[in-house]
Amino acid sequence: MSTPSRIALVASLALAACASQPAVKGKAPAFGAPANPEEIARYDISIPPSGAGLPKGSGTAREGAKVYEQRCQACHGAKGAGKPADALAGGQGSLASRTPLRTVGSYWPYATTLFDYVRRAMPITAPLSLSDDEVYAVSAYVLYLNGIVGEDVAMNAQSLPQVKMPNRDGFVSDWPPRAHN
Amino acid sequence: MKKKQGDAATRVDPDGPATNRRRFLKHGAALAATATVAPSARAQNLAGQPWERVYGAAFIGYGQPSRFEQPVVRHMRRAYGELAPGSGSALAPIESLEGIITPSGLHNNRSHSGTPEIDPKQHQLLLHGLVQRPLQFSMEALWSYPMTTRIHFVECSGNSAAALAPQPAQVPAGAMHGNVACSEWTGIPLAMLLEEASLLPQAKWLLAEGADSAHMSRSVPIEKALDDAMIALYQNGERLRPEQGYPVRLLLPGWEGNMNVKWLRRIKVTEEPTYTKDETSKYTDLQPDGRALQFTFEMGVKSVITRPSSTMTLPRHGFYEISGIAWSGAGRIRHVEVSTDGGATWAEAALTGEERPKALVRFRLPWEWTGQAAVLQSRATDEKGRVQPARKAWLAQYSSANLYHNHSIVSWAVGTDGSVKNVYA
Repeated sequence: MSTPSRIALVASLALAACASQPAVKGKAPAFGAPANPEEIARYDISIPPSGAGLPKGSGTAREGAKVYEQRCQACHGAKGAGKPADALAGGQGSLASRTPLRTVGSYWPYATTLFDYVRRAMPITAPLSLSDDEVYAVSAYVLYLNGIVGEDVAMNAQSLPQVKMPNRDGFVSDWPPRAHN
Repeated sequence: MKKKQGDAATRVDPDGPATNRRRFLKHGAALAATATVAPSARAQNLAGQPWERVYGAAFIGYGQPSRFEQPVVRHMRRAYGELAPGSGSALAPIESLEGIITPSGLHNNRSHSGTPEIDPKQHQLLLHGLVQRPLQFSMEALWSYPMTTRIHFVECSGNSAAALAPQPAQVPAGAMHGNVACSEWTGIPLAMLLEEASLLPQAKWLLAEGADSAHMSRSVPIEKALDDAMIALYQNGERLRPEQGYPVRLLLPGWEGNMNVKWLRRIKVTEEPTYTKDETSKYTDLQPDGRALQFTFEMGVKSVITRPSSTMTLPRHGFYEISGIAWSGAGRIRHVEVSTDGGATWAEAALTGEERPKALVRFRLPWEWTGQAAVLQSRATDEKGRVQPARKAWLAQYSSANLYHNHSIVSWAVGTDGSVKNVYA
């Protein structure tokens, strides 16, 4: 039991002995237990654009093509063409047209988001099953399909955050809110 | 235990329910036999349906709707079919519901990778990042905090995307506009847990993450977290349904459903947004110039007539009550106007529940249908003075590919034959 919990328990026992006093005033209950860094590291899988938290490991598009064919292609189609799941490649320059195609290449602003999402959620039937090397490699392959990185350029904790996505400046933040109806 | 005098049907039976049921069935059979053998001529003349002449069903542990209400179910929109049957939406059948509270089993359900089966004894909520004291909470710990109870709607930001199809679909109102529901939620103010962990001065955002297999994650501004955000544990008096995030979800009243992260397993306090997949590649609103609005959190002021509505038929001329729901992510609904002539003239509807911010309001207006063609519309105004926009005005703001935040006026056309159709007016 954590120290705050113990204090709360002692406080409540003291109260039980003193029935006329209805409740503790001025002190919020605290039932959280301290979280240790090792435990946090096992859960902390979110990767911001800075790349903070990216794991060790590395992979190229050439290596990622094999991972893609085995683990991704059934849903996302050959070379990221899509169907039945979302298309991952193509569509650059289409966003202002009457038929926009939003893919990793045409729409996603950060390459770090690609690593983050593949690692946390893909493949849909077996998330958390790819090694970090495989996630780097398949991320590199999707970027390569979009003409963003070369086939033998290694993606890793240093290079991935440096990738400039084509639609990096395509977003307008609405927070804090603008005036709108 | 010594038996007390009393009616066998109401007394607590120390032999247990099974014995009690057997004894009762035997007793009941004897009664039935008596009735068959010696029918009373007088009783035969008394009014009474068949169900009034037999003993009713036994108690059951968890009540269910009447079997005659079995057609009232959610509308499924499974984006990937059998490939991922839990990815997509199950929309509330708003055309069949009344009042303000949505039954928990009919609450809209938008999920990305199905509904996880979470053991509350194993589940933990981790709170870390820019805090002085990183903490983890067991469910037992969370259930021990003082609770707050509030009524709020949750609407998927993709609600009414089906009403953006090139041609108006002839489907029930809920299949287009039912990705919204309203419940009584009970839980812990998120601010209380953040205070326990003690935010560092540079804390500006949170990253909230689910324990589903998508590990659905969204960034939330600290202002909302410290305002009315809730760590929700109960829905309509019982612990959350699995589809609504059992055992714990984030509730951000009035903000797009996707941010109300279900199956909450982690909150990381950050200085900047994390730019997750669901706040970059999805849930961003493409504009005609190809740029997209991001972090459009608040749900717009909105209403829809649920009765009569698309695919229904008016069986006769005469009185009908026009009934519908209205809501705003910005606060309270101030009024709802109803038109029966496609927006040429408007009448003020009566409201129920308008005292609650960020909750469904029921509106009603009596209507005499004379048999002429009519176009029914509703238009809501909230306490910030925002008015639900006309369809054309709303569409003009976005790319034709945008799917989010459609809160424009909905039109139902009544034909001279009484048919009610979805139209774009």
